[in-house]
Amino acid sequence: MSIPTDDELRTTILDSLLSVAPDVDAATLDPRREFREQFDFDSMDYLSFATALHARLGVDVPETDYPRLGTLDGCVRYVAAALRRGSAP
Amino acid sequence: MPSLGADMESAVVTEWRVKPGDSVKRGDVVAAVETAKGIIDIEIFADGVIEALVAAVGDSVPVGGLLASYRASGAAADDAARAAPSAPAARPEPTRAPATSTPPSAGGAPPAAEADRDRRLASPAARKRAAELGIDLASVGPARPGVAITLGDVERAAARGAAAGGVPVAAPAAGPADMRAVIAQAMSRAKREIPHYYLGTTIDMTRAARFVAEWNVAHPVTERLLVGVLLIKAVALALEKVTELNGFWRDGRFEPSAAINVGAATRLRRGGLVAPALEAANRQPLPLLMRQLQAAVERARAGRLRQSELANATITVSSLGEGGVETLYPIIHPPQVAIVGFGSIVVRPWCVGGAIVPASVVTATLSADHRVSDGHRGSQFLVEVDRLLQEPERL
Repeated sequence: MSIPTDDELRTTILDSLLSVAPDVDAATLDPRREFREQFDFDSMDYLSFATALHARLGVDVPETDYPRLGTLDGCVRYVAAALRRGSAP
Repeated sequence: MPSLGADMESAVVTEWRVKPGDSVKRGDVVAAVETAKGIIDIEIFADGVIEALVAAVGDSVPVGGLLASYRASGAAADDAARAAPSAPAARPEPTRAPATSTPPSAGGAPPAAEADRDRRLASPAARKRAAELGIDLASVGPARPGVAITLGDVERAAARGAAAGGVPVAAPAAGPADMRAVIAQAMSRAKREIPHYYLGTTIDMTRAARFVAEWNVAHPVTERLLVGVLLIKAVALALEKVTELNGFWRDGRFEPSAAINVGAATRLRRGGLVAPALEAANRQPLPLLMRQLQAAVERARAGRLRQSELANATITVSSLGEGGVETLYPIIHPPQVAIVGFGSIVVRPWCVGGAIVPASVVTATLSADHRVSDGHRGSQFLVEVDRLLQEPERL
């Protein structure tokens, strides 16, 4: 399976975010600000977000790595690195 | 139209998912309605065949009003019983089907009048004022043939509704203001009618937090737990021993509930909160209860809950989650008789075997209805919750 580009990843991650937090306004999302700060994300939101990422991208994020999913930019970096590791020979 | 909570008077049909002649099974979603709490999926309560759709998309139907007629499997249709609307001026009686057909003289409009309610004679001023107040003209009073509803009738109905704890809200479009109105109504009624008593205790969460952390390392993201689900399970199990906190206060007496359906208070980002019910929470294994909670929270935040989730809670749990204060003093959601609050988990000095050590603790509070239980039983309940949380592997 080919690794998606960062732009493709960003779209998929945003879709995952909106699937678990449909009341979030994607238009005002700041990719560098913490979801917790922007959208009042709680532990349930993070778990559901991690579950959605797993379903769409096959990335199983350990609980201790949740802080690295705190921003949209952080998510793209984290998921891209995880996919590269996962597909390495 | 089922009641989806003590605070609901009517709802607008937004969608039909069945048509006459369709076979349905108990629990099937047959329609969707819009209330101040969002779009709610309506589930059918028994197996059968749909005979006719009475309410059209866009119709506002009062609680107890006829949505559709259907024939139960293996039984003749008994439409009269289902069709009878509840007496419009009466206080809402949640999760309760009207028992019998009420003659019009007793204040209940006959089924046909429900469909015709917009054709009730009324003066233009009365009609305008009723629309402003969100009052259904059918709820203003019994029909008097040939006599129009006046502005005064509408004002009196509004005053009566306010006094009874329920101003009929017609055609609500879900939004923060409506949600606020729903909360205002339910909480005003709670503070007016329920003699609350309050208890609190601090619970050591070291073992529960460690159990969750270890579980989550060993399980994929799809099977992970949150500490909050242990709190809900502990409450549900403790209710098996202190049954007078689980049920409803109706018609001047306590109706205990055999089922323990825990409403999980869920904050919505657009404002307000709802408490979808986790059914038989005392019997669900933790991973299953967790998935149920997760799905309910997602549906609540998407503004699309199921009827059973909104109407069936027999008690409510309100958890502040992370980063909040230590203690909350929750208000009972009528007609329930108790609500349990959990503050944020914090690290505090704690005495263990004569030494002071840092420990993760949570403050648990109970607000309960003094008409049903006393402080002593409430205390036993919180002690039991504490005991259960010290053995998380047995939850």
